[in-house]
Amino acid sequence: MDVLKPQIGDWWHALLQGAGLSSGWIVFLDALVITLILLGLGLTSVLFAVWLERKLAARVQDRLGPNRVGPYGLVQTVADALKLLTKEDITPDNAERLSYNLAPGLAVFAVLMLLLVIPFGPGLIGADINVGVLYLVAMGSVGIMAILMAGWSSNNKYALLGGFRAVAQLLSYEIPMILAMSVPVLFAGTMSMEKLVEQQAHGRWFGVVMPAAFFLYFLAALAENERTPFDLLEADSEIVAGYHIEYSGMKFAWFFLAFFLNTLILSAIATTLFLGGWRGPFVEQVPALGIFYFLAKSFVLVFAFMWIRATFPRLRIDQMMAFAWKVMVPTGLVLVLVAAVFVKLPVAPLVRDVLLFLVNVFILLVVAGLVGRHLRLQIKRLSEGAAVVS
Amino acid sequence: MILKVVFLLVSLFTVGSALMVVTHKNLFSSALFLVASFFGVAALYVLLEAEFLAVAQVLIYVGAIATLIIFAIMLTRGMMSGRTSPRNDQAAWAGLASVVLGLVLLYVVVFRVQWPVVEKPVPPDTIEQLGRALVGRYVVPFEVASVLLLAALVGAVLIAREKEV
Repeated sequence: MDVLKPQIGDWWHALLQGAGLSSGWIVFLDALVITLILLGLGLTSVLFAVWLERKLAARVQDRLGPNRVGPYGLVQTVADALKLLTKEDITPDNAERLSYNLAPGLAVFAVLMLLLVIPFGPGLIGADINVGVLYLVAMGSVGIMAILMAGWSSNNKYALLGGFRAVAQLLSYEIPMILAMSVPVLFAGTMSMEKLVEQQAHGRWFGVVMPAAFFLYFLAALAENERTPFDLLEADSEIVAGYHIEYSGMKFAWFFLAFFLNTLILSAIATTLFLGGWRGPFVEQVPALGIFYFLAKSFVLVFAFMWIRATFPRLRIDQMMAFAWKVMVPTGLVLVLVAAVFVKLPVAPLVRDVLLFLVNVFILLVVAGLVGRHLRLQIKRLSEGAAVVS
Repeated sequence: MILKVVFLLVSLFTVGSALMVVTHKNLFSSALFLVASFFGVAALYVLLEAEFLAVAQVLIYVGAIATLIIFAIMLTRGMMSGRTSPRNDQAAWAGLASVVLGLVLLYVVVFRVQWPVVEKPVPPDTIEQLGRALVGRYVVPFEVASVLLLAALVGAVLIAREKEV
């Protein structure tokens, strides 16, 4: 158990041993405390993230946002959560009870489980398993199951459509996401989250060395999180609210919670894989700074997620699928190939990093150029067609 | 002691959900119990300290195969109403046949097979050894499997492709 290891861990274990507990109980209590810390951390940061999103969207739209409850409206989310608790819990008559009631819990479970392998600071990780990255991918796919269950069991055509869109979108974007994640894994030669951060010492962040992989991950994460421009699962104007249309009260709140937790955790994963995790200046001298750096980097990404959501319109479903399969998957494959070749290149590490950076920028430019040309052609064809019609 | 209790609970969970897969009257719920059973198997792998296998189990069976099964079920008509899992009146004979076959299999597995038990700790770099084995000793089966998958992929695209006018 690595949580609290640096200073507090030893004190904690001495305390438990002093109380005359056997080693089995100590392991159990460790796990319990870690779980409680992670749960508390996850849930409180969601409260903050919801407030941030509302405030940010309001500012983008020239409004004030929540400002009544507490200073700057900070306690608004707590009030909303209490309100949701008191709301009536409705189950549709023809719903499939078991999966209808299980789905919200499973959605939150799938996301909360991810917290376990995220290194929040030096030595601050729930469990440093040696297949960390693979674990993230595996648990991420459980979330899809929850959405499917919710969409199907509600016995509502809009919910079912939302469920179908969910499978199409989440499965499609999982592939470029895995490809993007495997680039730093390939480069570092490890799947342990802790060791991945260790490899990014001295500002040699994988996101800086391989900006294309980072960009690919960021786009795929936007889609995995069902955020604009990829929010087709719940597109209000098309399928009302998608898979959670029939849910009310606390069960709806659980989906909401899973959504925001997912935003936070995808940012945390991006920080760990590409932005050096808890690394930063003076972190060797003052380990506590690591937590600050980690949260700061993560929230910069969360901010970017919310910013995009507040400004971008929604894609059409065929555009979205075409983008995943025709642009992102090939780019991801090329990036994995490039990384595999460069890892074995017999040159000095610094030269290799610079070369890799240049190749990545080149790939980004080529892909952007190709997509841009295709779009220009399409617009030209459309405008010609419009001219013929009129 | 605790480990044994945990093992028993996990096994009960796995076998119980496997039973529900074949007995539940709704096909969709059967698929969900299949997922639960997969999770149970993954937990068994964790108990055996085979983390990689456990994670791969969740990734492939829960993430890919079960999602596909459920997707196929969702696309089938009349899935919301009443009994949807196929049944006929030969349940008794089928049950008898499977019990006999199961006993035969159990006999072979328990009494005829030598299980080599090695008292060695799990090596810490299992993934690395697996990777090396896949591109070293087992490279031919590995490549054959990927060619097979590629052929299936091309075939699926060919079948699903719209006819050209």
